[in-house]
Amino acid sequence: MTAFSPSRLARRGSGSRLPDRLFRGSSRVLAWALVVSLIGLGAMLLVNGWGAFATFGPAFVIGTDWDPVKNIYGALPFIVGTLLSSAIALVIAAPIGLLTAIFLAELAPRRVAIPLTFTIELLAAIPSVVFGLWGVFVLSPFLQSTIEAWAVDTLGWIPIFAGPPFGVGLFAAGVILSIMILPTIVSIAREVIGSIPNSQREAMYALGATRWEVVTRAVLPAARSGIAGAIILGFGRALGETMAVTMVIGNAQSIPQSLFDQAQTIASQIATTFNEAQVGIQTSSLIALGLVLLVITLGLNVGARVLVGRTVTGAGGR
Amino acid sequence: MTTPMAASTEAATRARLTGRRTASRRAVTDRLMRTLALVATLLCVLPLGAVLIFVTINGIGALNIDLLTKAPRALGNGGGALNAIAGTLQMVPLAALIAVPVGVAGGVYVSEFAGARAGRVVRFAADVLVGVPSILIGLFVFTFLVLPFKQFNAFAGSVSLALIMVPVILRTTEEMLGLVPRSLREGALALGIPVWRTVLSVVIPTGLGGILTGVMLAVARAMGETAPLLFTALGSRLVNVGDFGRPMDALPLFIYMNARQPYEAQNQQAWGAAFLLMLIVLIINVAVRARTWGRQIGG
Repeated sequence: MTAFSPSRLARRGSGSRLPDRLFRGSSRVLAWALVVSLIGLGAMLLVNGWGAFATFGPAFVIGTDWDPVKNIYGALPFIVGTLLSSAIALVIAAPIGLLTAIFLAELAPRRVAIPLTFTIELLAAIPSVVFGLWGVFVLSPFLQSTIEAWAVDTLGWIPIFAGPPFGVGLFAAGVILSIMILPTIVSIAREVIGSIPNSQREAMYALGATRWEVVTRAVLPAARSGIAGAIILGFGRALGETMAVTMVIGNAQSIPQSLFDQAQTIASQIATTFNEAQVGIQTSSLIALGLVLLVITLGLNVGARVLVGRTVTGAGGR
Repeated sequence: MTTPMAASTEAATRARLTGRRTASRRAVTDRLMRTLALVATLLCVLPLGAVLIFVTINGIGALNIDLLTKAPRALGNGGGALNAIAGTLQMVPLAALIAVPVGVAGGVYVSEFAGARAGRVVRFAADVLVGVPSILIGLFVFTFLVLPFKQFNAFAGSVSLALIMVPVILRTTEEMLGLVPRSLREGALALGIPVWRTVLSVVIPTGLGGILTGVMLAVARAMGETAPLLFTALGSRLVNVGDFGRPMDALPLFIYMNARQPYEAQNQQAWGAAFLLMLIVLIINVAVRARTWGRQIGG
């Protein structure tokens, strides 16, 4: 923060002339327009979604029936679907992503790490709807005939592995989400690990540690909060992901009874039903769903950024 | 019962005395975990390969001149994706037209004019907006650009896409301008050049490469977005040229709608459109990133 502060220079220099004032003023207006639209977004969801909260009270969040015919709206199935699909994604993506970040930042030679990092970042560029298409026609049938069929046959007596294996459903959504959040987790965790000062590693090597011991005892403890931040950011991304999930989760309106059951997330419920919704309590309920999603994702995002910021700036400052 | 326990204690004692057993176990753990990390990395790359291969194989099979030049027909028998291609080629440029000035000006404000606190607020808002699920951006724009006019329209679609692009462009601009050396600004100001000229002809041109990178990445991202268009541009089976007051299709919408149809021919068209979309998005990404990466490796 000792950096150059151009504002002072600008003001003392020729900053008071009219064109300069206009230039500065318009750039300020456009910058604040972004802040205003963010606030507007939150306010819009609150105002338009308020009807649902006012009508149903807490039952909106804990109710299990979403019934446009009777005009009863309880969002629990979608909240559960959102949290479960993202949790499955996290269980798959967090260990793989962390190990990959370790490999890229600590173990791989630069020559290998650079193209691999590039490739994994490309994964983030593929549009969600393309993942969805691939998920419907390739991944879901594949999961259905392999992992799901096997799990239902051998572990089917455990309720969460009960069949039938639809292919399209909660598990497929979790798997596709895990693929989509891997680049987020890998790139942030890699950056966090890279910001740990070398002196930490050198001290461990001097004690005769192996490379893996250096990673687990010197690097990871120092990078702990940043890695947690990376994983939470991945989780936040999974919660808000719409298209791919909408296409592979099965769009069922009830709480999933097993890992392979069909379900619905908040985002997919909005995506599939908003355009046909009756204006009034039904649209208001869908917008209130959006508000619930906004609150969850924003909370996670802000928290995660604080964690990542702490590691990266803390290590750099030392 | 006692024998194996005794044996293991003995082994542990020997290991402690000689240090050899533990050393080798540590080496094995080291080797094992490093291999595991390599396997995890390959697992990360695998889905990219799988998506690329399947979309390419199925997409090339569905690609033909009709897909590029004809409007859709009922049940996907013949016809093509011209409505979607034309829509993407209109809505994305309009979105960029809105987002580039706003994003660059916002970035200039944060980097050149804002005080520490204002800068932090704008930067924070941009970061938060990037994390907002894109479907909510669609809902937001729906309430003020669709609902009052009782008409889904392409302009609302462009505004939604612009809202997705602005924070990306703002953050890259701000970061890139932060790298421009202070002496350049001081030099220009010392020559008596007004601040606005200094920014426009010295500061921005110096950071232009980086800003363009941000713009292109934002364009690529907007091209692939479906969710914000669902409640705004809606999609259309007609080829809409130039009428932003009416619904318009886009490649991602076309893929989504056609993937949901029960007809094989329409699913095929979805693959064809997905191949087109992926090709454009990946070309932009590779071209833009390869430049920055090349510079990193070189430097």
